[in-house]
Amino acid sequence: MKHSFEDHTSTIPAVQEIPATPAAPRRMTLNMGPQHPSTHGVLRIVLELEGETIIKAEPDIGFLHTGIEKEFEQKNWQQAVTLTDRVDYLANLSNNLVYALAVEKLLQIEIPPRAQWTRVMMTEFSRLNSHLVWLGTHALDIGAMTMFFYCFREREDILRIFEMFSGQRMMTSYIRIGGLALEPPRGWQQAVGKFIRAFSSKVDEYEELLNANPIWIRRTQGVGFISLEDMLDLGVTGPMLRGAGLNWDIRKSEPYSSYEKFDFKVPVETSNDVWSRYRVRIQEMRESAKIITQALEGMPDGPWQADAPHVVLPDREKMKTQMEALIYHFKIVTEGFRVPAGEVYQCIEAPRGEIGYYIVSDGTSKPYRVHMRTPSFGNLQGLPKMLENTLIADSIAALGSMDFVLGDTDR
Amino acid sequence: MSHPAILETKEAFGESIVIADPARIVDLCRHLKDVEKYLRLSGVTALDLHPAEPRFEVIYHLHSLERNQRLRVKCRLGGTTPEIDSITGVWRSANWYEREVYDMFGITFRNHPNLVRILMPIDWEGYPLRKDYPVHGYKYSYPSE
Repeated sequence: MKHSFEDHTSTIPAVQEIPATPAAPRRMTLNMGPQHPSTHGVLRIVLELEGETIIKAEPDIGFLHTGIEKEFEQKNWQQAVTLTDRVDYLANLSNNLVYALAVEKLLQIEIPPRAQWTRVMMTEFSRLNSHLVWLGTHALDIGAMTMFFYCFREREDILRIFEMFSGQRMMTSYIRIGGLALEPPRGWQQAVGKFIRAFSSKVDEYEELLNANPIWIRRTQGVGFISLEDMLDLGVTGPMLRGAGLNWDIRKSEPYSSYEKFDFKVPVETSNDVWSRYRVRIQEMRESAKIITQALEGMPDGPWQADAPHVVLPDREKMKTQMEALIYHFKIVTEGFRVPAGEVYQCIEAPRGEIGYYIVSDGTSKPYRVHMRTPSFGNLQGLPKMLENTLIADSIAALGSMDFVLGDTDR
Repeated sequence: MSHPAILETKEAFGESIVIADPARIVDLCRHLKDVEKYLRLSGVTALDLHPAEPRFEVIYHLHSLERNQRLRVKCRLGGTTPEIDSITGVWRSANWYEREVYDMFGITFRNHPNLVRILMPIDWEGYPLRKDYPVHGYKYSYPSE
């Protein structure tokens, strides 16, 4: 069929028939993620936009759900330590620690000072590791590419230290029920000392790059506001609260693993925006370095595992000469140790906020129920409130300042 | 601390536990937040005691910043389709936690603003953290060749 030229033009409406402006501003629904690089994992956010303003943001999570809580119920108590690493893969030692503390509370065993101090040192390294990844990727999102390389340079050194201690770079499982997985290696003092002496000047470098950077300042100051009342009501914890002027750190308020013996400050900022969260985390890195220095200088001598033969694997030498040690070894390896029935809730200050493990034992060699109250899950609930009535361009900076890990959210 | 909804108080491992009447949980939570100053709801979870009866426990972890105290509130629920009132009206953070408990245990929270699955796919069948939910196996059985 042929169309003549006249036929074709007649179907195009005249210009004056199209309304010049819509009566109400048009709303648009925009799908962000789950494969968006700035969501730091697989987070999907459904944004309702009016022009460039976000009216409503609805996070959709669960893409990384691996059923770790169910998996806990199938493993014996010591095996389950390896699962805790995989929850928050940037702060794995914090997760190791909180699980070990909770089970030790049920077992009522005493951990020797050397193990406790090493635990503190390692969790502070894990805080540094997490904050460095946060700073690098957050600055990369906003456009400061150099930060990424600088931060990952230091992170590499930390991973080398992890490898030196545990044989693993990321999934260390170094903190075990009853103490540590291995004795701290020979020469660790030199490795840690070398890193920590240089670290303070590295943080100076980061601050030099960012503090007076006009783009960084314009993109972070006054962005991502959410009131303190809203945050407390929505379950947000950690540096987000300290960036809003609340002086609350579980290391100070409910000390664990001999944190009370260390001298450090809790940095608090009041402007409650992306900038203040950046300031809090930078200062936390300096405080962590202070704690590591104190641990390095004052590391007590003595055993690195608890005196609990029914929980801790016996020494290899003793096993060959002592019947008791051989029996305990056989029992722990074949069945695992039993934990008395009961329930505990143990929380610690992780890099992202409060990690709490609620553990129920029914007296057998496997956990009956392990619930992880993870900081990312709680923090992410504050996201819709934070993004409400902000510009879409600011959403990336606001998202990044929350510092969530999706593995930690979905578990 | 006294409130008509409190059935029993316990101490274990230095932690305070309160067993509460599930029918009056919202009342109790409002009291704990306004009068006892438990400003934060740290989390909501559940426990399946299958095959015991009452089978489920809903567990609320509260935290008072002012007094630096933590409290665990537990409600016992029976049957295979348990129901309890939602406390999203008291703490907004209960929203996702209750969705997670619904997703994993199949406990229905009445008056919840958006009670849908949060971690599992929307069309998932069964509640994974129940003790009678299998760990191994396939969802579908295929005819043999």
